[in-house]
Amino acid sequence: MKIAVCVKEVPDAAAARRIDPQTKRLDRSGDGALNEFDTHALEEALRVKEGSGEGEVVVLCLAPERAMNSLRKALAMGADRAVLVADDAAAGSDLVATSKILAKAIERESPDLVLIGQQGGDSDGAVLWGSLAERLRLPLVSQAASLELSDGKARSKRQTEYGYDVLEAPLPCVVAVSDAINEPRYPSLKGIMGAKKKPQETLSLADLGVDATEAGEAGSRTEVLSLTDPPSRGDTQRIEDEGGDSAEKIVAYLAEQKLV
Amino acid sequence: MSRTLVYVEDHEGEATKGSLGVLGKAASLGGEAAAVLCGSGIASIADSLGAHGASTVYVADDAALESPLPQPRVDVLAKLVQEQGFDAVLFASSVLSADVAAGLSARLDAGLNWDLTDVEERDGRLVGKRPALQDSVLVDVGWTEAPALGLFRTGSFEPGEGGGGSAEVVTVDVPLEDFSTLTAMVERAHEEKSGPSIEDADVIVAGGRGLGEPERFSLLEDLAKALGGAVAATRAVVDAGWYPYASQVGQTGRTVSPKLYLACGISGAIQHKVGMQSSGTIVAINKDPNAPIFEYSDLAVVGDLNEIVPKLTELVRQRRQS
Repeated sequence: MKIAVCVKEVPDAAAARRIDPQTKRLDRSGDGALNEFDTHALEEALRVKEGSGEGEVVVLCLAPERAMNSLRKALAMGADRAVLVADDAAAGSDLVATSKILAKAIERESPDLVLIGQQGGDSDGAVLWGSLAERLRLPLVSQAASLELSDGKARSKRQTEYGYDVLEAPLPCVVAVSDAINEPRYPSLKGIMGAKKKPQETLSLADLGVDATEAGEAGSRTEVLSLTDPPSRGDTQRIEDEGGDSAEKIVAYLAEQKLV
Repeated sequence: MSRTLVYVEDHEGEATKGSLGVLGKAASLGGEAAAVLCGSGIASIADSLGAHGASTVYVADDAALESPLPQPRVDVLAKLVQEQGFDAVLFASSVLSADVAAGLSARLDAGLNWDLTDVEERDGRLVGKRPALQDSVLVDVGWTEAPALGLFRTGSFEPGEGGGGSAEVVTVDVPLEDFSTLTAMVERAHEEKSGPSIEDADVIVAGGRGLGEPERFSLLEDLAKALGGAVAATRAVVDAGWYPYASQVGQTGRTVSPKLYLACGISGAIQHKVGMQSSGTIVAINKDPNAPIFEYSDLAVVGDLNEIVPKLTELVRQRRQS
């Protein structure tokens, strides 16, 4: 069983995220981190591999070259191999371009299962899997809150606006997992030490047979026109819990608003 | 004059409220607005869409479309867009519609902008409004070529009553790709109607993953009881089985607007925000000083809910008794 896990590198959550007014793209100059939502997909892949006692888990990422640092965290968690597609021509790729490039990288691996997290922690995008399944011509299951593999099929419970469905798709298929599916493990010291020695491959667009005109802004079909500040909701009052009298302060506030 | 197609999602024999809102918006853009319905035995919905602004309703009625799964719907929409040459295809956000939109984007190499709250025509081009980065910035987004695909945030438009116009109903083919019908629905969700209705509550005490463990919901139940309110939960904890689905607030759950919304251990992702942002007063307790929910709270309390909530319950009880 070969499992491909698509991961994204996002700006570190501790830093304030901003859009660069010049490029109108997300400022990625600060520290990067593995998109937390994708670590649930990786954890699920590792559990499948451990459960069956065999197989390979490959993490795939489209990002600038230095994102290999973030991919090493995935290797430290237990992934067997990392493939990073890094190419200056891919900067600014939208959904159309990104899904085209990633689909090529996945096809190159011919995995039995493609896993992905439920959203990009930076873009709030929750659509990539739908485009990937289409380009790969594979069945799709999204919002999976559980995953069981048996008889060459993937079975998942998914939440919709109306409750829980149970879906089943034959392998190979694309499954986007909810962040409630598991608790991702922390890398062990041994895992961290071993990560550096695991295979790490960096590919260009040419390596994947993707023309530069299909990537980046040239290959994108959406654009950012302008940025403005949103209207303020009004001043938020803030209570830091010093002295342990927060409860009293909350009651005083609610009383003032005539809510108690 | 632009031509817009709106994907109208159905549930239990009716068009969803979100879809009707987007259809009304599409009709207000000035060009022609058409609607497409996909399902099995859904033809009766078609007649009602004229009143919401559709001039034409395309109906794909096929047993393969009975389950609300995206891939066969991509097949239907792709063929329709290719044949009819629509300038834009718009969707109201939902689990199903987001997957249909993403698949269609890849099939047609058409740009998709998501999380839109509005759209307008400017100099003959469509411009979408999108709050980004936890709504800290408003972005005007565009499309470099047609068709323009747009996915609207839940609650962006209220359905209007419309002028009572009638639409031409056109039956369309259902061409299916080999991979589109491989995913099967083994069990379909039944609306869980048990449990108290949180939609009618004046006060809601809501809990998220920051509670740490399911047992701590009892702290919230005590507080809700003292305040005379109901308990709600985020998608993450409902998905994890900590609290029932009927109490979920957010994009795939209920939309609530109580007088007081007290959020405990909730980080405040957009999916949650769209379900409670119209609450009268929002109070949030979270130990993370950078929790996004503080950005749209009236009162932001940085601290440990395990200490604060029981004390708060006690103080509210005392106040009620005195």
